[in-house]
Parts: sequence; C-alpha cells; structure tokens
Amino acid sequence: MLAFTLRRAVQAIGVMIAVGIIAFAMFRFAGDPVSQIVSIDTPAAEREAVRKSLGLDDPVLIQFARYFVNAAQFKFGVSYQFRQPVSTLLAERLPATLELAICATIFAMVFGILMGVYAALRRDTLLAKLCQAVSLIGISLPTFLIGILLIYLFAVTLGWLPSFGRGEMVRIGWWTTGLLTVSGLKALIMPSITLGLFQMTLIMRLVRAEMLEVLRTDYIRFARARGLTTRAIHFGHALKNTLVPVITVAGLQFGSVIAFSIITESVFQWPGMGLMFVQAVQNVDIPIMAAYLLMVSLIFVTINLVVDILYTIVDPRLRATVSRPA
Amino acid sequence: MSDGVVQQHTKTAHSGVGWFRRAVDSDLFYSFRRSKLTMLAAAVTVLFFLLAILASVLAVQNPFDPAQLQLMNSRISPLWTADGQSPFLLGTDEQGRDVFSAILYGLRISLIVGVLGVVFAGAIGITLGLIAGYLGGAVDAVIMRIADVQLTFPAILIALIVNGVAKSVFGNRLDPTSMLAVLVVAIGLSFWVQYARSVRGSVMVEKNKDYVAAAQLIGLPAPKIMLRHVLPNTMGPILVIATINLALAIITEATLSFLGSGMPDTMPSLGTLIRIGNNYLFAGEWWIVAFPGIALAGLILSINLLGDWLRDALNPKLR
Amino acid sequence: MTVPVLSVRDLKVEFVTRRATLRAIDGVSFDIAKGEVLGVVGESGAGKSVTGLAVIGLIDPPGRISGGEIHLSGMRIDHLPPEEIRRVRGKRIGMIFQDPLTSLNPLYRIGDQIVETIRTHTNLSESAARKRAVDLLAEAGIPAPEKRVDGYPHEFSGGMRQRVVIALAICAEPELIIADEPTTALDVSVQAQIIALIKRLGRDHGTAVMLVTHDMGVIAETCDRVAVMYSGRIAEIGPVQDVVRNPLHPYAKGLMGAIPTLAGEDRRLVQIPGSMPRLSAIPPGCPFNPRCAFAFDRCRVERPEPTRQGAQAVACHLYDHAAKESAA
Repeated sequence: MLAFTLRRAVQAIGVMIAVGIIAFAMFRFAGDPVSQIVSIDTPAAEREAVRKSLGLDDPVLIQFARYFVNAAQFKFGVSYQFRQPVSTLLAERLPATLELAICATIFAMVFGILMGVYAALRRDTLLAKLCQAVSLIGISLPTFLIGILLIYLFAVTLGWLPSFGRGEMVRIGWWTTGLLTVSGLKALIMPSITLGLFQMTLIMRLVRAEMLEVLRTDYIRFARARGLTTRAIHFGHALKNTLVPVITVAGLQFGSVIAFSIITESVFQWPGMGLMFVQAVQNVDIPIMAAYLLMVSLIFVTINLVVDILYTIVDPRLRATVSRPA
Repeated sequence: MSDGVVQQHTKTAHSGVGWFRRAVDSDLFYSFRRSKLTMLAAAVTVLFFLLAILASVLAVQNPFDPAQLQLMNSRISPLWTADGQSPFLLGTDEQGRDVFSAILYGLRISLIVGVLGVVFAGAIGITLGLIAGYLGGAVDAVIMRIADVQLTFPAILIALIVNGVAKSVFGNRLDPTSMLAVLVVAIGLSFWVQYARSVRGSVMVEKNKDYVAAAQLIGLPAPKIMLRHVLPNTMGPILVIATINLALAIITEATLSFLGSGMPDTMPSLGTLIRIGNNYLFAGEWWIVAFPGIALAGLILSINLLGDWLRDALNPKLR
Repeated sequence: MTVPVLSVRDLKVEFVTRRATLRAIDGVSFDIAKGEVLGVVGESGAGKSVTGLAVIGLIDPPGRISGGEIHLSGMRIDHLPPEEIRRVRGKRIGMIFQDPLTSLNPLYRIGDQIVETIRTHTNLSESAARKRAVDLLAEAGIPAPEKRVDGYPHEFSGGMRQRVVIALAICAEPELIIADEPTTALDVSVQAQIIALIKRLGRDHGTAVMLVTHDMGVIAETCDRVAVMYSGRIAEIGPVQDVVRNPLHPYAKGLMGAIPTLAGEDRRLVQIPGSMPRLSAIPPGCPFNPRCAFAFDRCRVERPEPTRQGAQAVACHLYDHAAKESAA
C-alpha cells in the first residue's frame, strides 16, 4: 500500500515537473518579461538593469530552478494587468471556482448515477430513452450555449435566478463562500448545472454501460440463483460493483470540471480563477496563464493520487495485491 | 481487416448461446430507426457544408465588409415577426448585419477552422504515432509520455494557452486571417493525441505481420513501408476519430471565439456571433444569438451522430 | 410410489431470434428421487445447462419455456410468477455454477454473502445467521471457518471458492441441488474432493442432486442414474451401471467408447465423426442420424421417442421393435 502510494506520488511529481517546464518556458520565452514591466521609452541601460534585477541573464537552468522553487512556494510573479502578486489574485478567486466545481460535480454524480441506473434497469421504457436522448444533447451542445439557454429561460424570461455573479458572500477567514446565503445558493444553481451537464451525461453513459455489464456477470446470475430479491441484487450487488469504476472516472473528471469552469465562469461572469484566466489570455498576462496552468495541474495530480488511494480502499482485490507485493 | 470480420462471423456462428445473444443484441428495429437518424444527420451535415460553400451566392450582404452594413438597418427582428423587414430573413444585429448572411459566412469560418484543425491534428498525430510505433524504444516512450500528460488536460485549456502564447509572441494585433491560422494550430496541438495513440497501436500490431517482413526483405526503406503498407491499414479508426474530432474542433473554435480569444468581430465565426448576440439577450433581441446557436448545435449534433454511426459500422465488435 | 423431488415432463425451451425461433430443449422428461444423484451428460450445446436453468426459472429473454411441466415435490414451478419462483430459488433448489472464480461478488465478504442468502430465506437473526454461516463453511470443508468467514473471495483458492459456493447453495437446506459443471474450472486434484463433497452433502441431507457435466468419469463415480443429452433431447437415460457398461443409443456407445480406461490399454479410443448440429440446422428425424453408423431411412424422417429397454430408456429406432410391429 505504502509502496504503491509512493510510486504514484513519484509519477505525480514527474508530471508536475513537466508542466513546470512548460509554464517556465511560457513565462520566460513567450514575450519579453522586461518589456512588460518597463515603458516603451525606457533607455536600454535601464532595461538591462531591470533584466539583471529579475535575474534574466542567469543561465536558463538557474532561472528554471528559481522559478520552480518560487512556484513551489506559490510565488508566481506579478500580474502584468493587475500589478499584484499572482498568488494573491489566485487565492482570492480559488473559493469561487472550487465551490462551483464541487456543486457541479455533486449535481453530475447524483443525476448521472440516478439516470444511468434507471436507463440500465428499465432499458426499454420511454423515460430511459429520454435519458439517452438527453445525454446525446448534453454531449453535442457546447457548454456556453447551454449557459445562454438557461440564462434566457430562468433569468431573462422567468426572472427566477440571477444571470451573473455569486450573490451575497460570507467571509470565513480568507475563504469567501456563497453557500450560506439564499442569494449565493440561487446564484450557484445555473452555473452548476451548466458546468455539470457534460459530466452528468458522461457519468450517466458510464453507469448505464457498467451496470449492463455487471448484470451479465456470473456473480449476479449466482445471486439470482440464490433467490435474493431483485432489490438486493440491483441495488446491493450490481450498484456497488458498478460504482467502483464510476468513482474513478468522476474523481478524475473533477480536474476537467475545474478547467471547463473557464467557459461557465465566462458565461455567468463568475469571479473565479477561470474567468481570470480567460481575461489573462485576452490581455496576454503570461504570469497568470503560467500560474493557472500550474494550479490546475496541481489540483489534477492531487485528485488522481487521492482517487488511486480511494480505489484501493473500495476494492478489496486491489487492496490485497497492493499490500502484499508478490 | 475484412479477413478479421469474416473470421469473427464464422467464430460466433459456432458458439451456441453466445450466438443467440449477439444476434438478438443487434436488434433489427433499433438499427433500422438508428440508420434513419443517421441518414438525416448525413443530410443535415451535407446541407451545412453546401450553405457554407454557397455563402456568397445565398447571402444578401457580405457581413465581413463594413461598407455593406448600414446602421439604419440595425436590430430588425426576423421576417415573420411584426417588425420584420425584407430581405432580412432572420433579422439583423446592432451593426445592421443580416443574421442569416452572418450565419452563412460564420459557418464557413467554423467549418474551415474545424476541417483544417482536424487535418493538422491528424498530420501531427499520425506522424508521431507512426514514428513511435515503428521505432519503439526511447522515442516511443517519450512521445507517449507527452501524450499521456497532455491527455489529462482538456483541449480547451491547451487551445487557450497556445492562443495566449501566440498572441504574446506575435503581438496582440493579429489580423483575422492570421487568427484563423492560430486557431488551426491551437486545435491541431490540442487534438493530436488520439490519432497518435490509435496509429501507434495499429502499427505495433501491423509491423509484426508477414507483409511488413516481406517488404523489409525486398529492401523497401522504412518510411516507404510505413506510408505505403502500414498506414492504409490504420485508416478505419483514423476516420472515426477524425469525424468525432471534427465536432470537437468546431466546438473548441466556437468556444474560443465565444470567450473572445478566437475570431474577431470583423470576421465572425458562429462562436463570435453567439458572443455578440449574448450581449443583446437582456434587451429581448433573442434572434441575434438564437439562430447562430441553433446552427452550431445542429451542425455539431449531426456530425456527432455520423461519428457514432461510423464507429459502430466500422467496428463489428461494438454493437 | 413416492413423489419424486424433481419431475420434468416434456420440457421445451426456445430462444427467439431475429431470424428464427431456435429450440434448445425439445421434449425432455426425467425424474430425480429424494437422495438420488442424476448425472446429465453431453457435448457443450446439448442443452444440459439450459435444462438446469429452466428448472430454477433463470431462462432469460429471448429464451423462454415454451412447453412441458416442471414439478418440485409435486408442486408445479414452471409457471410461477417471478416473486414466487424467487422464493423457490436458493431455498428449495440450490444451484452451483461452473466457475467459482466468478460466481462470488468480489466486493463482499463471503460471510456477508452467506448471511444475506440465509436471511433472505429464513427469519434467523443476524447473529444466528452468522453462526450458521460458520457451520456451513465448516461443513463444506473450509478450515478455520470462523476466521475465513470474514475473507473476501479473492483470498480463496479456486477449490475453496467452490466450497463457499456449495455452502451458499445448501444454506437453506434445499430439496434439490443443481450442479452445473461444478468441477470443470478446477484443478484436477481438487475435482474429486468437490465431487465427493457434493455427494456426501446430498447423502447426509437426503437432497436430490442434478449433476451436469461432460465428464463421464465423474458420472460413473458419483451418480445413481445418468441422462445422455444430444441436441436438446435425452438420447438415453438409466441406471449409471447399465448405461456405462451397456450403452444402447449409438451416441451413448460412442460417448462411452471415448472414455480412456486404465484396464484396456490395447483398446483404441473410439471417436464420433462430425460434430453436433447447430440449433438452427437440426436435421429432421433423429438429430444424430448424420453421424450415426447405424442410421437407416426412418431415422432421417421420423423422430424417435424414448422407449423402455429394461431399466434404461432410449430414443432410437434401432430398439423400437414394438412400435415398428404395431405400425406394420
């Protein structure tokens, strides 16, 4: 178990170093950091001084090491647009993105699993076919179109829900949450659905396929031969076996949910990291772009690690093979 | 490939219960209805391509030419509504741009970027896949490791970063045509992994077969063997990936344009039109965003349906 | 005469496919008495397993029982509604499948799977059911059952898992056990132990056993009677000694001729030419006629019905003198 976790951790660090190299390359070579800081009419000598003070004439390897050490301490430099440390900007916007991503994932899991199980168990009913149709649309409609459609329906036409922003916030330490106020919760509904819909269809399709697969297995046939009730077979045996791979996928998807929130945050003007990243791309704010890439990768890699460990806890077979190296 | 199919059939025909099950799984009614849907999807896709090709003939104005836009014609609602005016079938936007004409020209941009993006991604992916599969060893390990890492990141994130870097390197004032090229590169770099994996897998299988050994024996050079003999055997899966990726590429372009990092307002794609129209939604001018949205959704849905069908049709093992 | 535990009369099972309706079981009849072990033997696809599944009502669509009757201790069970046949399964009929590696749910402790089954069919408390689970594992020959009861399936070897499966099959004291090739997937060294276990349990509890296998050795060793199946029909049925020593049906003769023995080293093993017809292409008349060395015209047009020959019954025109005479 420990060896397995360690091996995974080493792999994770490898990925982070690879992403770090890309982030550094962007930071250092895509555009001249000096000309972003000084004005156009700064004399060459002064430019050189700035260059030296930033350590830009050191060997590339040393610069990379410096960038990496700083990044490991969450120091990503100063934003060109805001003239503020990138880490401060990211920290301000992290809660908004995380709350949105978590709500979207919960929405996707709950409805994806319900619809998937239903579509598998009642394969030929009208509702099951409707679920299938919804999933096709969920995969085909671009996220931003779904967002616009929801805004038009529930904000413009019906006026039930706010079309942008997070609503009223409550501050707990450095974390701002919208989960504790009515307006905050209302503001979360549409962005969460928009962001979660794609994952929901994915989970629904996966649950349906896995469930149908599991229902064909010998142990389900044996469970039926033992005279267990349909309920116990479907919701005890089949569902538990179905959910093992689903947990993995849903966990791994959480990283993409955070990355996809770029689009949702833009549609709903949600003040998270994704919106800041989009603005950074438009304004060529390289330090923010590099930092965002690193942050998302870190979240990604951490989740992968957690999912791997969770997996071993849920599946006794894996636990055994992992804890007892042959 | 066809040999494999024949073997598959004879094999299944002999195994008792498995044979029943497979025969029943490929339910006649289901496949019938499904193929009808596929035919519809194909028709819609062809229609969209025709509209894009014939844009300059069908459109009442060239929406890319500011001289043809007149502010007095702005914000006219669709023809069938009370305030509709001929010849503006689907109404006009803030700048007096005919929505129908804009959709035709925008469709053209979306399809050009999508198709070129898929071709570019295919070129990178197939080349790297052939090299990785044929050479193996360290080259293979490096290429596939890069592919693994990239696969964990959503394409839209990679495309945005490529876009941002391009802007930074070339300056922030890219003309529309260069922007189109940047989008094609961004999409190409985002979607090459699947091709590479698929081609590498096929090459690994094919390169151990007798015909490759025979080709080596008669002294054909390696690149020639790969292009002439190995590549044609990998075309089936590539076609499926390309179709599904065409839909994804169009979505990616539309998303980038919607986010303001794609086609500029002066040469709008469908995504750009939706971004522009989105600003007028609250004023009740729904048609500016609705019709480009419907066009985009219809296009993607049709291509996706075609892709699904193609995947099933080319792979008898999948139902 | 006492009522047999299992009585199958003229059973027919069909699979409806797009092209045709295929008859997997076509008019099968047999009885199993209390404490008796009936062996069912035949090539794969002969309908052995389907017969077993039909008895416990596990024929899934597109398959269905299209004719005949199945009685369990006098009670007709082939037309029961799903909820009632479920109560019969596991409680009155225990089933053992071929592959113990895949028969147990990998995510549940074996104790929980046994307790679950016991509590489905009895109103024992959790702790009583657990105690019984340990007893059952002990009875099935699993060492240190009070420890192993908390193990997961993957922690057991194939033979041990089959013992667990057997414990599960007998946990509600069923009247009938259907064992569908219970040793095929096991090591040869374990096979004899499992067969002995099934036989012992059947004897100790007075349970009737239907043992499906294609291993004539197992049949000869274990069974009281044997039914030889071919193309969804019973070719020959009778006491195991008679059928093994003196098979009547040409197919049964071939089957017995194909068994290697330690005694007759000089004898060549006989092989039956050809293979069993597919269900979609069963020839008219006797399904065995294309492979039969003794086939004559009647075999190609008229289907032979089982007729008594002493303690045996055989479906072959060669033995159907009485019918032939009455027809003449």
